[in-house]
Amino acid sequence: MITKRIIPCLDVKDGRVVKGVNFLGLADVSSPIKLAKFYSDNGADELVFYDITASAEGRALFTDILCEVASTIFIPLTVGGGINTVDDFDRVLKCGADKVSVNSGAIKNPDLINAAAQKYGDQCVVLSVDAKRVDGAYHVFAKGGREDTGLDAIEWIKRGQQMGAGEIVLNSIDTDGVKNGFDLEMLGAVCEIATVPVIASGGAGSIEHFTELFNALPKVDAGLAASIFHFGEVSIKELKQTLNKEKINVRL
Amino acid sequence: MVAIVDYGVGNLFSLKSSFGFINEEVIVTGDPKCLCNADRIILPGVGAFGDAAAKLKESGLADLLIKLAGEGKPILGICLGMQLLFEKSYEYGEHDGLGLIKGSVKPIADKVSAEYKIPHIGWNALKITDKKSPLFKYINEGDCVYFVHSYYGADCDDSLLATAEYGIDVAAAVSNGNVYGTQFHPEKSGEVGMKILKAFCEI
Repeated sequence: MITKRIIPCLDVKDGRVVKGVNFLGLADVSSPIKLAKFYSDNGADELVFYDITASAEGRALFTDILCEVASTIFIPLTVGGGINTVDDFDRVLKCGADKVSVNSGAIKNPDLINAAAQKYGDQCVVLSVDAKRVDGAYHVFAKGGREDTGLDAIEWIKRGQQMGAGEIVLNSIDTDGVKNGFDLEMLGAVCEIATVPVIASGGAGSIEHFTELFNALPKVDAGLAASIFHFGEVSIKELKQTLNKEKINVRL
Repeated sequence: MVAIVDYGVGNLFSLKSSFGFINEEVIVTGDPKCLCNADRIILPGVGAFGDAAAKLKESGLADLLIKLAGEGKPILGICLGMQLLFEKSYEYGEHDGLGLIKGSVKPIADKVSAEYKIPHIGWNALKITDKKSPLFKYINEGDCVYFVHSYYGADCDDSLLATAEYGIDVAAAVSNGNVYGTQFHPEKSGEVGMKILKAFCEI
């Protein structure tokens, strides 16, 4: 039986891991290579690296780090951040990434999903969606959650799937950084229309939030979080043991 | 020395690194001479079957691999590389494979209900059907490995080494003499994956 995945996310800026609360007020956490190795040794099923660097220097540093991670850690690696073209896919795949997540780049140019899926396969293209409640609907936000695109998140995800996205990461801006649990309502709405795996993001503050997530929404395939893992509030090992006790299938 | 067949398909960085990790000398090559000289061969692959099979044929590597397999050289096909070992695939049309493993490659979606999402992505537990296979000497029943695929090896009961449950029993590993294939990615399957690659290097 397929297992539920636990995925730590590392936001990388200028070669260091950072994590924002509601996307604001970044604080330095640790070395991406050390953190990646720690997670891999302790049961992470996959790692996500978001490159939040804006400069070309930072970008080069990021790909160097990615290469180093990919030569020492043998679990799936997803890379996101600054992916606007098929060449960007090429750049990170050559450094050992397995999947590439698109967000603002796909909003600007939806054909990117199509083009990348045709070249690298659906399994390679992850559509990452930052969504927030606006006037009773879920709106897609771009630029790290700062800009309301007006797009309806459910419609956008449907379209992304049709164009070849192989996985969806749904990050609820409403619950991100608040640590009160995942946005079950928003995730539930996405699960209803999802034909590809759904990764829940935003809001995890404790082990119970993951058991709640997988019990309430069996269609969710994975839970993603950052700060609670980085600061050791939740250990992945302990989390997976608890899930296992709760009869939620995980890789131990 | 392990030779990873380079025929212009997919990303070989992690695969190459994983052999470095288990201290095996490794080369990524499409040169027939290097492949002949290697102790064992890895046939990787991601993407579409038809495209990959055509590239193997055009480059002459298909015939070479069939010849080397016949001479007893250990060959391990990974993911699409495993599927290419089969006789046929029905991915977007009908394509011939290398015919080193009896069976054909078919869509998972034809066999399972809609609750099983396609692709089959994630860590799934191995049900080992051939406990004596040298490929599994360092791992155990129930160990999890990482899968990413939409098509599966069908009608290959004689070659089955292990399966994984995903609505159907998906062929997870197969062998025919010195020819092996894994549907999952050992190079992405953490410690369990490294143990499988190490075992292959000792065959």
